Amino acid sequence: MTEHLSAVSLHAWVTIWTVVIFATAGDILIAAAMRRLGDLDDIRTKSGLGGAIKAVVSSPFLGAGIGCMAISFFALLYALSAADLSLIAPATASLTYIATSAGARLFLKERVDKRRWIAALFVCAGVALLTQ
Amino acid sequence: MSSTHHTLTPQRWLILICVMVGAAVGDFLLARGMQQVGVVDVHHLGTLFTAIGNPWVIGGILVLLGFMACNITALSWADVSFVYPATAFGNVITALLSKFFLHEDISKSRWLGISLIVVGVGFVAQGPSRTEHAEETP
Repeated sequence: MTEHLSAVSLHAWVTIWTVVIFATAGDILIAAAMRRLGDLDDIRTKSGLGGAIKAVVSSPFLGAGIGCMAISFFALLYALSAADLSLIAPATASLTYIATSAGARLFLKERVDKRRWIAALFVCAGVALLTQ
Repeated sequence: MSSTHHTLTPQRWLILICVMVGAAVGDFLLARGMQQVGVVDVHHLGTLFTAIGNPWVIGGILVLLGFMACNITALSWADVSFVYPATAFGNVITALLSKFFLHEDISKSRWLGISLIVVGVGFVAQGPSRTEHAEETP
């Protein structure tokens, strides 16, 4: 598969980024949903296990998050049907990690330390080398 | 600094190993299944739904569900920056599975790329296992 890697390169990049963008959106939406819900243990003490399940299931953010995760999963299957696992797996996993760190800072106002940004540089360089 | 270290019980080590191996094996099973399904055409994306019936893909989904359960369990007693390097090391396992079982030709630069990712993400493991949150500062 490696000999026509340059030919599938743009195609591979588009599918990789589709996986990454939807996985990141899914992560952020689910985290936002859980944050809006508050402590599940408190909800369970107040309204029982049924109440806790109802609170989780009826959250629109959670539904949207799970939808994004599903799209990301099918995009991953699509990517794996055409390109090497040794390209797709490390690229999608590491870029999702970096994108989620950036998203957590932007949307959830989490503090992301310098160390994680240095890791991001390594990851970007690593991913660039994967397609060579 | 010693206060940031965790006492990892054998059970917790087992969960960390599952996190490390789970993602790699799950992705490998999906890739093996998609090799059987063949290249999916952009105009026939419905093939992706039928691909879910492939036994290798089903196996991959089950292993990935197990991985997610272990990952969530691990995250309940450690921070992402502690757990994630374990998954990053999984990239090496993925590369070995790709080479020996999917017969992929892994170039030197791809090995170097995988190493950079592992080193880069491993670097965050040096940090405290629980990230501070702005609202927690007194």
